[in-house]
Amino acid sequence: MNEQEKFIPKRDIRVDWQLIAEMIKPGSRVLDVGCDDGQLLAHLTETKNVDGRGLELSQAGVNICVANGLSVVQGNADTDLGFYPDGGFDYAILSKTLQATHQPHVVLEQLLRIGQRAIVSFPNFANWRCRSYLAFKGRMPMTHSLDTPWYETPNIHFCTLKDFTALCGKMGVTIEQTVIVDASGKVMTRTNYGAFANLFGADCIFMLSKKKA
Amino acid sequence: MPLDCGTSIRDVKMAYCTYGTLNADKSNAILVCHALTGDQFAASKQPITGKNGWWDQMIGPGKVLDTDKYFIVSSNVLGGCMGTTGPKDINPETGSPYGLNFPIITIGDMVRAQALLQDYLGIDSWFSLIGGSMGGMQVLQWASAYPERCFSAIPIACAARHSAQNIAFHEVGRQAVMADPSWQGGDYYDSETKPTAGLAVARMAAHVTYLSEAALHRKFGRNLQDRDRLTYGFDADFQVESYLRYQGINFVDRFDANSYLYITRAMDYFDLVEDHGGSLANAFQKTPTRFCVVSFSSDWLFPTSENREIVHALIAAAANVSFVEVETDKGHDAFLLDTPEMFKTIQGFLQSSAKSRGLTDE
Repeated sequence: MNEQEKFIPKRDIRVDWQLIAEMIKPGSRVLDVGCDDGQLLAHLTETKNVDGRGLELSQAGVNICVANGLSVVQGNADTDLGFYPDGGFDYAILSKTLQATHQPHVVLEQLLRIGQRAIVSFPNFANWRCRSYLAFKGRMPMTHSLDTPWYETPNIHFCTLKDFTALCGKMGVTIEQTVIVDASGKVMTRTNYGAFANLFGADCIFMLSKKKA
Repeated sequence: MPLDCGTSIRDVKMAYCTYGTLNADKSNAILVCHALTGDQFAASKQPITGKNGWWDQMIGPGKVLDTDKYFIVSSNVLGGCMGTTGPKDINPETGSPYGLNFPIITIGDMVRAQALLQDYLGIDSWFSLIGGSMGGMQVLQWASAYPERCFSAIPIACAARHSAQNIAFHEVGRQAVMADPSWQGGDYYDSETKPTAGLAVARMAAHVTYLSEAALHRKFGRNLQDRDRLTYGFDADFQVESYLRYQGINFVDRFDANSYLYITRAMDYFDLVEDHGGSLANAFQKTPTRFCVVSFSSDWLFPTSENREIVHALIAAAANVSFVEVETDKGHDAFLLDTPEMFKTIQGFLQSSAKSRGLTDE
């Protein structure tokens, strides 16, 4: 274990998955972009009876999904979302994948084209742990949700809670629901958009839709 | 039976094998579609070679195509030479073998004949259809022509249209057959000699395309065959030459040269894109069929990129599709070999399909 890894708090399950599941209506059509080994899709299929599909970059992840009976194809969020038809899904989910895409804003547009709603979760880079890590250690932050060193992280487009809401505003996207989780995995009940959430929020989950004209 | 070429063919015989038991509501049947030189003996001893079936590893009790659960049907394709009507059979019009009077057949015709077999067996819809290479083409053709008769489909290592490179290799094979003086314009059935030399060369050339550079290197390298040094002649000095000659010689005992011409032609003509106005997605619009596409990383005959085109079309058609590229150095032939990643993928897909069709373990 190297010095940086010691700072990664352990967590068993991904809280954002449970929260995403709570946002989804039973029996809906769901596309999980960047579905990894399919745990969220399997969870949604079991608990919400969704008609679920997945897109995953890593071949290893895809193979696990398909062997487990999930409908998943190997592909890239940056290049392959264009193949999906307009409005084919009730929800297009991007769970902790946004920061790994080359063009997050284009991916967001695609999600909102493909899904009636998009659900996006991402780690908040403005969380105090990241800030203090950078401020006091002078190293690129590594936490539970950012657990690879800078030279091999797939996360190339980090953003903060404030950055993301600003992008939504710029793109004319409606934020239907926001859930912010602190570092201990608890849903924060105080202000959703303020500096407090931006400082203490660790994971952010947004449900988005296209702004009605 | 009407054919795509505009004529028709009568008195079509279909040779097929079945494994497992058809359930009461006939909902557990899987059609196995064979490749260019395959046959119906997918999991039984091939009567001529005496070898195990070409998909023995896949079909059987407890195997991926589990005969305890599923009823497996494997038929010889139209134009074949193992019992289904083909060029070596007697033309009822003339009383002598068809030879080159056999009409040109297509993948669509092969599937039309299989649909007649499905009717004959009283099966409304296949639980699944599976096949590699030309077998995969048949699976795609089935799903596009008879979507309501295909609950799920597993096209492996194939393409929606035969590439220029693949047509080129087929043409080399056909020219090798036709250049053999014993071929005699395809009318060799009553003569002493058969175009075995030409067919063997065709098989050797084709066989190279089924492997990969890495697999050839791993299996043979530059190793010499039963000798310590080069002979400075044209004997099979190298193991790879000896292997290919063996492949060629053994093939001609079990395969008819004219069938080889007809079936390679059927593959060349296969173009689901052209058949659907230039858009492959049109072939699968509103399809109810669940798909699982499988490709192999070292397959250069039907590379992953061509399999991915199928996947993209299925996605555009809002189909339920899974796609796995299996990492292997075994080339195109990987679908016939012990490829655990492929087994796991297909098993998982079939299990979830069985669940969604309400098939229960009995």
